[in-house]
Amino acid sequence: MGEVMDRRPYVREMPKSWWLGQRRYTFYMVRELTCLFIGAYALVILVGLFRLSQGPVAYGAFVDALQGPFAIAFHLLALVFALFHTVTWFGLTPKAMPLRLGEKTVPGTAIIVAHYAVWFVVSATLLLVARA
Amino acid sequence: MAKSNKPIVWSLFAGGGMIAAFVLPAMIFITGLAVPMGLLLENALAYDRMLALVGNPIGKLVLFGVIFLSLWHAAHRLRMTLHDLGIRSGRVAMLACYGVAGLASIAAAVVLLSI
Repeated sequence: MGEVMDRRPYVREMPKSWWLGQRRYTFYMVRELTCLFIGAYALVILVGLFRLSQGPVAYGAFVDALQGPFAIAFHLLALVFALFHTVTWFGLTPKAMPLRLGEKTVPGTAIIVAHYAVWFVVSATLLLVARA
Repeated sequence: MAKSNKPIVWSLFAGGGMIAAFVLPAMIFITGLAVPMGLLLENALAYDRMLALVGNPIGKLVLFGVIFLSLWHAAHRLRMTLHDLGIRSGRVAMLACYGVAGLASIAAAVVLLSI
């Protein structure tokens, strides 16, 4: 063989800001970035449990810290992103897990509506338990 | 056929996405907004109540499930997104994402079992 072959796969250059140009790409990126808030909130619960394990004084300090303006702002933002995650996640369920009953395919809207119904029950239960 | 760990990674991602979709909005509202702002639920996070919740084996399991699956969901999605954003060093991204999620999950298990 006379030629030197370059075996690296061809990677087309993409500007880092490719997702800012078109609405649907931006929507996609916002949807993907909901994961930052979901992960961060899971870490907040972890810290809370750690402080709980240290006793009432440490735990009290953690609960007080939740009242700070930064904490409130974070949770407001986290709630918006979590809701966005919920809505987009449910929207994908008919594609992720299409359902057949016997011969018929269950319509996508029915699958989505069922998820919203469960979500409502779960959320209402959590709020009622928190309130009790 | 070569063995692949993709189904496991994807199941954890999907399970976490589902759990997060169902419980996180209400949980974030309760712990991050309603209680700190004194809206209706002042007692929800009281020390004794939380101790009772975590003292219960089912409470421990549920909390661990929520934390573990949310973290794996976030780690996997972030790894994919970093790739989309043009960060091509896949191995570093993989170690960073799953590493943080794994360590935090172990920490969650240790903390929950210590209470």
